[in-house]
Amino acid sequence: MSGLIKSSLARKVVMALSGLFLVFFLAQHFTINITSVIDPETFNTWSHFMGYNPLVQYLLQPILIAGVIIHFVMGFILEIQNRNARGISYVKYKGSANTPWVSRNMIYTGLVILAFLGLHFYDFWIHEMSYKYVDMLPENPTRYYEETVEKFAPFWRTVIYVISFVLLSLHLWHGFASSFQSMGVNNKYTPAIKTFAKIFAVVIPLGFAFIALYHHLNPITH
Amino acid sequence: MKLNLKIWRQKDANSKGKMVEYTLDGVEGDMSFLEMLDILNEELITKGEEPVEFDHDCREGICGTCSLQINGEPHGPDRLVTTCQLHMRKFNDGDTIVIEPFRAKAFPVIKDLIVDRSSFDRIQQAGGFISVNTSGNTVDANAIPIDKHDADAAMDAATCIGCGACVAACKNASAMLFTSAKVSQFALLPQGQVEATDRVQNMVRQMDLEGFGNCTNTGACEVECPKGISLENIARMNREYLAANIKG
Amino acid sequence: MGVLDSKVPEGPLAEKWTKHKNDINLVNPANKRNIDIIVVGTGLAGGSAAATLAELGYNVKTFCYQDSPRRAHSIAAQGGINAAKNYQGDGDSPYRLFYDTIKGGDYRSREANVYRLAQESVNIIDQCVAQGVPFAREYGGLLDNRSFGGVLVSRTFYAKGQTGQQLLLGAYSAMNRQINRGKIKSMNRHEMMDLVLVDGKARGIIARDLVSGEIQRHSAHAVVLATGGYGNVFFLSTNAMGSNVMAAWRAHKRGAFMANPCFTQIHPTCIPVSGEHQSKLTLMSESLRNDGRIWVPKRKEDAIAIREGKLKPTQLAEEERDYYLERRYPAFGNLVPRDVASRAAKERCDAGFGVNKTGEAVYLDFSAAIKRYGKEKALTSGMKGADEATLIKLGEEIIEAKYGNLFQMYEKIVDENPYKTPMMIYPAVHYTMGGLWVDYNLQTTIPGCYAAGEANFSDHGANRLGASALMQGLADGYFVLPYTIGDYLSDDIRTGPISTDSPEFEAAEKDVRDRMEKLMSGKGEHSVDYYHKRLGKIMWNKCGMSRNEKELKEAIAEISELRKDFWENVKIPGDSNAKNQELEKAGRVADFLELGELFAKDALTRNESCGGHFREEYQTPEGEALRDDKNFKFVSAWEYKGEPKDAKLHKETLKYENIELKTRSYK
Repeated sequence: MSGLIKSSLARKVVMALSGLFLVFFLAQHFTINITSVIDPETFNTWSHFMGYNPLVQYLLQPILIAGVIIHFVMGFILEIQNRNARGISYVKYKGSANTPWVSRNMIYTGLVILAFLGLHFYDFWIHEMSYKYVDMLPENPTRYYEETVEKFAPFWRTVIYVISFVLLSLHLWHGFASSFQSMGVNNKYTPAIKTFAKIFAVVIPLGFAFIALYHHLNPITH
Repeated sequence: MKLNLKIWRQKDANSKGKMVEYTLDGVEGDMSFLEMLDILNEELITKGEEPVEFDHDCREGICGTCSLQINGEPHGPDRLVTTCQLHMRKFNDGDTIVIEPFRAKAFPVIKDLIVDRSSFDRIQQAGGFISVNTSGNTVDANAIPIDKHDADAAMDAATCIGCGACVAACKNASAMLFTSAKVSQFALLPQGQVEATDRVQNMVRQMDLEGFGNCTNTGACEVECPKGISLENIARMNREYLAANIKG
Repeated sequence: MGVLDSKVPEGPLAEKWTKHKNDINLVNPANKRNIDIIVVGTGLAGGSAAATLAELGYNVKTFCYQDSPRRAHSIAAQGGINAAKNYQGDGDSPYRLFYDTIKGGDYRSREANVYRLAQESVNIIDQCVAQGVPFAREYGGLLDNRSFGGVLVSRTFYAKGQTGQQLLLGAYSAMNRQINRGKIKSMNRHEMMDLVLVDGKARGIIARDLVSGEIQRHSAHAVVLATGGYGNVFFLSTNAMGSNVMAAWRAHKRGAFMANPCFTQIHPTCIPVSGEHQSKLTLMSESLRNDGRIWVPKRKEDAIAIREGKLKPTQLAEEERDYYLERRYPAFGNLVPRDVASRAAKERCDAGFGVNKTGEAVYLDFSAAIKRYGKEKALTSGMKGADEATLIKLGEEIIEAKYGNLFQMYEKIVDENPYKTPMMIYPAVHYTMGGLWVDYNLQTTIPGCYAAGEANFSDHGANRLGASALMQGLADGYFVLPYTIGDYLSDDIRTGPISTDSPEFEAAEKDVRDRMEKLMSGKGEHSVDYYHKRLGKIMWNKCGMSRNEKELKEAIAEISELRKDFWENVKIPGDSNAKNQELEKAGRVADFLELGELFAKDALTRNESCGGHFREEYQTPEGEALRDDKNFKFVSAWEYKGEPKDAKLHKETLKYENIELKTRSYK
């Protein structure tokens, strides 16, 4: 097994699996978030469920955090190895001749997403943690919608979110379908998988951006 | 046509190299890229300078000896050709052409444009074979029928010439396409099944040891491969590797 | 018989090899571990021999000038490999393969060797399939065959147009298995500079590490030379740029006889020369002649118009074309042997019917095959009444499946689409039937020095049939040499390791160093290529597809003159103690400059026309080769005596006990 941890192929599988897991999470996250635009009550109900269900809180949340960490740490390790593998760099390297920009720049789109996650965690997760465990405030199943909409009041935050979603889209554009290749799936279904992955890569981040903009443009008036 | 050439010159493995500029006149479209370099070398020798050394042998696109990163792409801008089959009609009068060796830590430079690709040999030695004695006393060649599609797919993988363009093109200097081509060839044939588990593990281990990068599925290798080896082979190797490790 | 003893075993032809294998001495497995063998060259013959020898238990060291054994020029063989499997049920048998090979070689090869080759051919296919060589298959899953020139059965196995590559990679993988086991030490980017004899026996080599320039001594109990042919003596050939005669020529100078050096194969289907810059020629597989029809315009004015670019070949109607092979040789048509096809092309071009701007090209046309296949495909896929364009499209797809890589290669080089306009082809130097003289055991006239594959002379006589080179290389390497060498080595089980400190090694190394120093000291202004090209021109013009006494004599004088100039003046920049490609080339060209002269001398001595050797003085009124079995039914084996002109001729008379000598006819 120790050999497996060092193996480039095994590491790629870890990247792929954690990536797919995060894709799955994105879909779930999006499904809940979009209700904030459609029906604030549903949004509150689901958010409250996610915030207080023990299974979600004590099992799924740590797994998610682990997934994020594994994906990023492994991404960095692979990137460092990959940079070292070239040795002396080319005077002229024409990557555009044979590869799409997104596939060559996963580390940069990834880094932006990581930075965004910092902000996102600060905005929501830290807030949530201090609400529940530091300030020990009582359960309030109706606070989520308002809190969310308020976050998007500042213009700068909305802009950062939207830009990050564009980068997320680019990251998914390559990463989603690529994870299947890493796990050895390349067959007659591959064109369909690729199409689906590309639709996903556009629709989900677009949806997230739409939600952010919607709330920015439709503030709650007291 | 007249060309400006920027060529990597390096005395030996231990020296520091640099780009040197040359101008070359009288280049014709029917010349191959290497014949263009022959002319440059002829001029250099006449002037008493050392010619530019580069690897080449069959000059018909099959031995895999020639390499060269030309204007940022292995084997130059044309597709499905090696440098020896790249013709100057793909360039225009007055062009500047940057010529570098294939770059990878696992391909150290020997001199000028020549690199050491023995890491590829060592990957093959680790498992790129079927352990059958060469006694001739095997079963009759037609004893095991093989599905034509499998045989053809095995052949497509087997056409790899081991030139290293995949590594040179890959932003990660990964040798996945090369390694997977051999793994695939044998995985597709009944004769290769027996040792499949050990083969893929040993070859991947050696590939990693040599210091090649990891595959990030950019697909540059497939585009630049002079023999058009498909990314499907990499997926097949990933599959074989997973299966081998699950099997233990 | 004099000095030449072919050691052909007694007994009926079909039993000689089995009997011989039963009679020869064996080395027991424990003793094999104490015996070292050097194999120079890692192509089909060398690679397969090294793998088998290592598998048997010997300690093997291989040498190749390339950066990997996988680069050897066997890799460039395209069309296929013959084997008397009779899978097609068309009446093939080892005897028929034997007969075709002897006849194809114009009765100048040794019966027993050829019969053994035919017998072993079937094992090669079994062996290669077991190794994972992906031969072409039919839909039923069984192996497919195609036919080649000079035969009437379908016995050629193939892997697309890359058969040589697949077989070489098979041998390379067998080698890798032994390298992995530590039984082969593979010395790549090393060139053999000389053979070392101790007490008259081959006991090692002097090699140069081409990266560091270091001169090294390597000892062994036997040395196998599998270094290919010397076609590059013509400068332009289908050989790899690095292919050379150095190892064989060094052995020749140490006492190995050179046999039939003038027997060279000029392959009919190569891409024509495009200009002075040309560095090498590219072959288009003979398998193309299965489906391509060769022609030139019937009228000279049409040929001239085509040369001037005023007329396109597709504009000429069927009756305006001269399918000269079909006209002259109705029985074999486009599939006559290579020597016949080449000469016929030269004849038409010399007569003014050539089609490219140099006037040295003929057409190879696939339009008829495309139409035929298109119709067939339309019928089998239920597309009755398909229009012309659809038929052509279907036909092109079939042609692409069969020869796609060759068509692509042609298009890249010539910049014309061969599906739409006929290919242009012209003969080019391709293979050398001549080589080191060997006996039945593949041993040269130096004890302990063996030669296998194209480097020896034994199986193809004066002309090799298509798809037979791969067969011979692998038969020699996998199935013949590893056993016959045991007979010799059985005397060496108590010898122990051979020291490299002996005076013999000392002297050989000094010779090598002196020679290099002399090469580096040239004072003139011309590069190695300049001399090589000049030599090539002499060879092609005077020792090429047709030869005559006057020109051969001129060639001898000119080569001798050129050699003198070369040694005094060749300009080699750089250092001898480092990587130096010019020095590498110079060493090789120096040997070609000697071999070329011997080549011409051999051609001059052979006053007959046979196979690839066509003497203008000896032809029938119709221009066919006129063989002289009464006076020339022998192998010329040349002994080195200083200058090539002083070489001494030994004759091995060929005995035909199982085949009746006939005038070769493909009409």
